[in-house]
Amino acid sequence: MSSEKIIIGLEIHVQLTSLKTKLFCNCSSNYRDMPPNTNVCPICLGLPGSLPVVNKEAVKKALLVALALNMKISNRVSWARKHYFYPDLPKNYQITQYEGKGVASIAREGYLEYYVDGNLKKARIRRINLEEDPGKIIYHTGSMLTSKYSLIDYNRSGVALLEIVTEPDFSSPKEVIAFLQELRSVLEYLEVADFNLEGSMRVDVNISIEGGSRVEVKNIGSISEIEAAILYEVARQRSLREKGIKIEMETRHWDQERKATVGTRTKETEEDYRYFPDPNLPPVEIEMDYLEGIAKEMPELPNAKRERLIKEYGLSSYLSYVITSNKKLAEYFEEVMKYTKIDGEKAAALIVNDLVGWIGQERIKDIGKLVPPAEMANLLELLRKGDISIKIAKETIPELVSGRKTTEVLLSRGWLGRISGKELDEIVERVMRENEKAVEDALRNPKAIQFLIGKVMEVTNKKADPKETYELIVKKIGELQKRTWSN
Amino acid sequence: MKKRGKVVSFIEDLKNGATDPYAYVERALEEASRKDPVLNIFITMKSEVPDKLVNGKLAGVPIAVKDNIVTKGLRTTCASRILENFVPQYSATIVKILEREGAVIIGKTNMDEFAMGALGTTSAFGPTLNPINTKLSPGGSSSGSAAAVASGVVDLALGSDTGGSIRLPAAWTGIFGLKPTYGAVSRFGLISYADSMDQIGPMSSNASDLAYLFSIISSFDPLDPTSSHNPWGNRIEEIASKEPDFDLLRKLKLKIPRELLNHPQAEEYVIEEFWRKISTLEKEGAQVEEISEPILLKVPQVYYVIAFSEASSNLARFDGVRYGSRIAELEDNDWDSYYMMNRSLFGWEVKRRIMLGAFILSKGYYEMYYSLALKARAVIKRKIESHLKDGSLIATPGSLISPLPINYDATDLSKLNAIDAPLMIANLGGFPALTVPTGSVSGTPTSMQFVGPSWSEDKLLSLAKVMEEMFT
Repeated sequence: MSSEKIIIGLEIHVQLTSLKTKLFCNCSSNYRDMPPNTNVCPICLGLPGSLPVVNKEAVKKALLVALALNMKISNRVSWARKHYFYPDLPKNYQITQYEGKGVASIAREGYLEYYVDGNLKKARIRRINLEEDPGKIIYHTGSMLTSKYSLIDYNRSGVALLEIVTEPDFSSPKEVIAFLQELRSVLEYLEVADFNLEGSMRVDVNISIEGGSRVEVKNIGSISEIEAAILYEVARQRSLREKGIKIEMETRHWDQERKATVGTRTKETEEDYRYFPDPNLPPVEIEMDYLEGIAKEMPELPNAKRERLIKEYGLSSYLSYVITSNKKLAEYFEEVMKYTKIDGEKAAALIVNDLVGWIGQERIKDIGKLVPPAEMANLLELLRKGDISIKIAKETIPELVSGRKTTEVLLSRGWLGRISGKELDEIVERVMRENEKAVEDALRNPKAIQFLIGKVMEVTNKKADPKETYELIVKKIGELQKRTWSN
Repeated sequence: MKKRGKVVSFIEDLKNGATDPYAYVERALEEASRKDPVLNIFITMKSEVPDKLVNGKLAGVPIAVKDNIVTKGLRTTCASRILENFVPQYSATIVKILEREGAVIIGKTNMDEFAMGALGTTSAFGPTLNPINTKLSPGGSSSGSAAAVASGVVDLALGSDTGGSIRLPAAWTGIFGLKPTYGAVSRFGLISYADSMDQIGPMSSNASDLAYLFSIISSFDPLDPTSSHNPWGNRIEEIASKEPDFDLLRKLKLKIPRELLNHPQAEEYVIEEFWRKISTLEKEGAQVEEISEPILLKVPQVYYVIAFSEASSNLARFDGVRYGSRIAELEDNDWDSYYMMNRSLFGWEVKRRIMLGAFILSKGYYEMYYSLALKARAVIKRKIESHLKDGSLIATPGSLISPLPINYDATDLSKLNAIDAPLMIANLGGFPALTVPTGSVSGTPTSMQFVGPSWSEDKLLSLAKVMEEMFT
């Protein structure tokens, strides 16, 4: 992107998927994979006569998030109604929180620190609100424009959403993505949300370029789509400006199929949602004792853990960042380290690059079940003692992932034990003698050394240390070169 | 001769095996089929005696239920075209309580559409007539429930009271009606008009049965976020079965707001009759004090700003998408026109209130009207509380005017304001208020209203029993 200023603010909607029930009724908050309109009751269908009762756990989770985001917490929990007519909204108003009119957001004015390319950044959080999720409109063709009819599934209606509104503190998609990743890991650490679930996070992005009005792109479902939407929108706004067309304030939708933002047909006038305090839900005081109790339950957050892992295990800041970006992974790492004295950075590198590489990001949540920490520690401990080479350690990992045990793999492959020193020196000598052609190549082109290393590995059944082998060969080639010189 | 509650007596007889368990219900159904064609009491009526009676505190007792309280499997219309064919999938908490105690709901009573009206004439099913004189309105909005009791079909009925809707029809038909403390009776399943003031309450032909029904229906409900635990234990039930406590009169302190009695629309004979009854109470030992609170004349304005606003929000859900009548075809309309067509099914008064409420809540007007009304409400509540904190009750006539003719032009608001002012105080403050009949003047029923501090129903109901003995 050019140096011109882009201003981006976010409204993030996170489903509190860890809750058992919806925000105002006892229907399950896990509506996924249920037949349409089976996870409903008079309350979340807004049937005449029904009344909402606040899920206290939801309030607790929101307060936990408020504390983690360094926010000023309101002294009362209060609720407002936001009115608009839409068929996915059963009461034609949404119970939410609002700043003003005698009600308040549950918390405001906080911040979250995050890293972009190793630089610490800070994004201000304007406020967080609890609110109810609407139902879901299903278009049979997948698009509003081409469908003749729409179906409504209210299973999602009433699920607790946490709306997190930032200040317009971002100036590139890179910052937005780094921030969202950090926010996600904080929320995962707090165990309020599971982002593996489809649709559990939706983001509205407000984007403006210099000299233009703010354009809101609504309802983007994944981090990669957010990046694409910002890039598209910035390009669109620039091209408008170049053509001398004024950039109007408007709301656009992100069309996932076409990878483009699409204007809504109605012209944006400032909508009047007629907010007012919900007369069914009088404000409830937040007691200091209660808040202190919640603060005590606060787990260690990613940033604190990151610092601690660097200090305690000597991790590089990069690996510490990667490890802590996922709570389960960080817990796994620390569990493994209980059983081995290996250098932390070495262990982290093998876990991040090899173990995670084999199991895949989406299975990190089951990492401890796939490869028990003690099994991984066993492998690392053998590596530390020099009983196996790094090459063997790396090749053992996929076997562990498929359910085998460290010693079983090493024994059956004959990998236990390491060849080095005089023994390795003799083998290298022999391999060089038997591969004169390769040695000649290596004399001309250092890259050809790889072939010789491969041969040594073959002969030693990978028990040679690749680094030591490499150094030995380089040394011997060097000696040969000197001899050629002196001739 | 001491008056006994009819329901209370029936339950006692039933326990002693002295009555046929089905007799009460059979008689009520018979009366209903005779009176309803004349008075238009019910919107939906049951015609058959249930096969089996549940044993409970109301076993075999017929009861009429206002048609804004949802009943599973039994049509619930709010007297509106928009819910003309609405059959609820669940029952209100209060209906479950009645069923658990063995009461038999014999029908859903007529009312002003969505409880909006004072005469019972905004019903989409036609007006209910006053059993005392069919040329007169029975008062609203619980018009059918009052008529069901006053005509002798039942001794118990449930009404709802947001701005006097139990007490006005009680006054105009000569029966007992109680608007309980806000939170004393579950609202879960009461179709909202104005949530912050709506309250279900009992209506009865006599004071004992009024207390008896109230003792059963007042309980904490976890499904109602504004529900509270009441402080009475079994005191209310005892009041229902005990002799009237005349000692009460010697401890009674009544405060009478001057501005209400001097209301320009108040009828002279009503005021004279009121003072006559007050002096009788005074002779029996009650202390009486006139108070001046000019703000009470503003009560209707404050009430309407708040009630209309809440109503505009509460009634937004009626759109024909999920339930209720639809006249718009989905295929031919976009959402906006679909909503507009279906919502044209509301009656005139409902539309008026929704539109005014939406206006009041809209940008620029909220502060001008709604915020101010909330402040005024708090002031009124505080002032009334300060008058009540020495153990006093506020006393007013049940209605400052005599029942209006059934064809009264409801767009003439002057008289309606006189009706509203004394009654809406209790709704704005969340206070309990009781209307008791005090006899009649040339065939027109007279009545008194007492407003007490929150949770003083025990006192109000004890007073009702004493008054019943003295004046009827």
